[in-house]
This record gives sequence, C-alpha cells and structure tokens, in this order.
Amino acid sequence: MMLTGTRELNTAYAFFERNWNLTRRYMGWEVAWFVYSLMSALTILFIAAATEKITGQPVDTRFFVLYLLIGTTMWSYLSAVFDIVAETIAWERWEGTIEYTLMAPVPRALHLIGTCCYAITYSVVRSALIFGAVLLIFGIDLAHANFITALAVVVVGSVSMIGLAIVAAVLPLLFTERGAQMTFVIHSSLLLVSGVYAPIDVLPGWLRVLAPLSPITYILRSVRVGLLDGGGLDQVAGDLVVLAVMGALLVPAGLWIFREAERFAKRTGRLKRSG
Amino acid sequence: MRTLNVAVALLERETQNTSAPSLDLKALSVRGMSKHFVSYKPRFPWQKRAVKKHVVAVDDVTFEVPRGEIFGILGANGSGKSTLIRVISTLLLADEGSVSVFGLDVVSRELQVKQMINRVSVDAAFFKKLSPMENLMYAGRLYGLGATQTHARGLQILDRLGIGTRVALNPMEDMSRGMQQKVAIARALLTSPVLLLLDEPTTGLDPRSKKDVQNMVLNMRQQHDATIVLTTHDMDEADRLCDRLMVLDRGRAIAIDTPANLKHGGGSLEDVFMRLTTEEEDAAA
Repeated sequence: MMLTGTRELNTAYAFFERNWNLTRRYMGWEVAWFVYSLMSALTILFIAAATEKITGQPVDTRFFVLYLLIGTTMWSYLSAVFDIVAETIAWERWEGTIEYTLMAPVPRALHLIGTCCYAITYSVVRSALIFGAVLLIFGIDLAHANFITALAVVVVGSVSMIGLAIVAAVLPLLFTERGAQMTFVIHSSLLLVSGVYAPIDVLPGWLRVLAPLSPITYILRSVRVGLLDGGGLDQVAGDLVVLAVMGALLVPAGLWIFREAERFAKRTGRLKRSG
Repeated sequence: MRTLNVAVALLERETQNTSAPSLDLKALSVRGMSKHFVSYKPRFPWQKRAVKKHVVAVDDVTFEVPRGEIFGILGANGSGKSTLIRVISTLLLADEGSVSVFGLDVVSRELQVKQMINRVSVDAAFFKKLSPMENLMYAGRLYGLGATQTHARGLQILDRLGIGTRVALNPMEDMSRGMQQKVAIARALLTSPVLLLLDEPTTGLDPRSKKDVQNMVLNMRQQHDATIVLTTHDMDEADRLCDRLMVLDRGRAIAIDTPANLKHGGGSLEDVFMRLTTEEEDAAA
C-alpha cells in the first residue's frame, strides 16, 4: 500500500502519463497541428510586417510584430490549456473510456489536477516552440523585455484559465452530443473579446462589456506591458490581483459545478460512452 | 486479497463504531432498487413537439450475493441488466432503494466501493491507440498501484492470458476483439477486485475466445476469491458458470434460483427462460 500523499500524486500522475502516451501515439497529428499553428502565427505576423507597405503610412513594425507575436503565442498557450481541460470529458467519450475512468476510485479534484498539470506542460512546450521559431524567423529583439513580469502573469493567469476550463468541461458532461460544440463556441468567443490580436477598445460597445469577464484580457494586457514596455510587477499589480481573485473563485466554483453536474449525469444516465 | 482485507477492515471498523452485532459479509446487497429514465419522443410521427416519457429500466429489484458466488443475470435486450450493473458500479444513481457492497452503500461510501469493484463490459473500454501495458499502467495508478508493481504484475497477468511482451507493447487497435477482452479481464485482475461486474463479457466473441474468457471467470473466483456478477444472453454459459441466476423481465426480477432448480420442471435453461418471460408477457397483456 502506498502512503497517502504519494498515492494521491501517483493517481494524479495517471492522467498526466496517459495523456503523454496519447500524445506520443498521435504524434503525426501533433506535428501537423504544430505546423498549422506555426504557419498561422507566421501569416498573422507577416501582415504586421507588411502594414507599412500596404497602407503607405509609417508604422513601428517592430512594435506591431511583437504585439501580434505576444497575442498569437499567448493565445496558443491559453487556448491549448482551455481545450485540454474543457475537452477532458468529451475526449473520454470519444475514446469510449468515460465509464471506466469515472468508476475508478479517484476523487474528481485529483482527476482534474492531473489533467491540468498535463495541459500546462504540453501547452508551455508547444507555445515556447512556436515563440522561439517566430523569434528566429523575424529576428525580434527582446533585450528590453521584462520576462519576470510576463512569467508572473502567465503563472497567476493560468489558474484562472483552468477554473474557466473546468466550468466549460461540464458542458460535454451534461450535453452528450452538443457539449463539445458548446465549449468550442466559448473558445472562439474568448478569442474575439479578449484583445488577442487587437486592443479591446476597437470592439463595439456590446462586445467590449464582455472583455473584463475573460481572464485572457488581463493576461494579454499585462504580458504586453512586460514584454513590449519592459514594465515591472508594480505596473501589472492591479491585473495580477484581478487574475488571482478570478482563479480563487473560478477553480473552487468549477470543481463544485463539476461535482454537481456529475451527480446530475448519474441521475439521468448521461455518463454513457455515446450520446 | 489485498482489497478484500481492506474491505473487511473497513467493515470491522464500521461495526465497532456502530456497535452492530455481526459482520454483514454479503458481497452485494440490492434492496428495492428502482431506476427510471425520461426520454423525449413525439407521440405521433407527424407531431413536432416531443412528449416526455418515463421508461422504467429497473423495477423494485431485491437480491443478495454472498461472497465467492458467481451470480448470473439473464434477460432480453432492454430488460434492465446493464442499468442494474451501472447502478452497482456507481455510474448511475438509483431512484429508489439501496445498493451496498460488503455493507458499504454505493452512494454514501462511493470511493471505498469503487476501490473494491471492477467492471468488464461488452465493449472493451480502452484507449485503443495505447498498448495493453500503457492501458494497464493507467488502470494501476488509478487504483493506487505503483508503476513498478503494475508493470511486473501486468506483464505476468498478460503472459498468463497468452499475451506476450511484444503484443503487450503494441497498440490495442491492432488486436482482435477476443484479445482485447482478455486485456480487459487482465486489467480487472490487476486491481484485485472483490466484486467483479461482468456485463456480457463474451458477446460477439468466437467460440475459442468465449471459452477462454469463461475459464478466466472461473479462475478469478478460485484463485482471487472474487465474487462475480455476470450478465449474459448465453444460456449455456450461465448454466456452466453461475451458482445462481436471476431472470429480469422489463426491469423486474421474475425468478432467482440455482440453474438446477430453475430447470427442475424440465427442459433446458433456454426453455425455462422462454417460458418465464412469455408468462410475464401474457400476464402483462
């Protein structure tokens, strides 16, 4: 018998190891998906590089490319975290393992912790590779960037993103056929309202009101302060507090909602492998 | 054995706390359990709005399974066998009644019950891209086993079931259904369940694979001290493997007895099953 604590770690690691094994076995898709993401990032950045030529107006190209690079890399990271956690149930349903996993003697919190740890590791590696490749291709100078600020924002912001993803993961649990589609709608809405490629000020008023509800808005704004302006932690303290509060509320709320949704699914027979 | 010892220790602690007079070593106790589902279907083909419809899946079923027994559940498609198994395996909540495993309620003591049970269903539920060993490693960690222990035990069990090391490292999708079902049983053996729920484990298997799986079921009881609940459509299998049988019809238990007693009036088990379910249909009509 394992000691308590070691046993919990071992259980949470089951989900990490399983997801890593699945990534290895689907390596062809991983490579294709990575190439797609890299090409998308480059396409967006070439628009920034060509803006002066397109408009005929003087543009700070270095600033504009870096502005979009931060948007595209952070979106690559945060959306991957969101997708992996939000689709954890949908994935089990596709593979046909939902019943096996949910009848295992594992507290749901440990299940989600294991999944989140993998989501963060996977997304960090993937986004760092994209960031590095784009830096090399565009020869971007980051000498004035404050990486400590950016790192602190990403760490604190990731927690709130995980909380949001756990809430979204409930949808495939409750709606056997349409749940995954609903999470996709949330995913794309976050992309629109969070200022990924353009400041939120350009959004129409009715969309702009949604921006403060998305943790990505604060993450992007503060990472840009750190990497574009070289701003210190004091300059992003307000956003860090908002992100910390969001994380502190969303993670327990997500776990509670998930537990209640699982109970509802058990009462109504929705934990089946197919719709 | 390890899980059984845990179960017995838990029960002893329970009984000390509540000063209950004796240990209830019934492996499984189902009392007055009912489960219904709500479905939405149009009443007439031309009707656009769906009408809420209650479907009774399990209707006031009561039975007990003593430790070490192989208990069979027979019934037509839609008779409630799988629903019953899913309630016992904590995947569904009963609407009425209670279910307990070694005295522990499946709702209030869910995690402890989950530790004691395992289920092999008609579709081998695996990550098909992963190898048998990778699937076993996942299962081992979920049930609290360490990597080294799982690896050694997993290879040993797979080898005993005729799955060599090379096959054990290839993706499951390359294996036949019979082989996949053997891996499902290996996975169940790995976690040493004291109550094993087998939901039509031989459906769709060729005769040789079916025989292999049936022998494994008998072996589990003999060597692993497991109590087994088996649902099947195969009357010969039920007759060969089960100590007692329950016949379910439209969610109701219409007979519980040994195969020999059920056949007492003459005919095969299939004749008895047809007679019992027809009588019920006539009564319902």
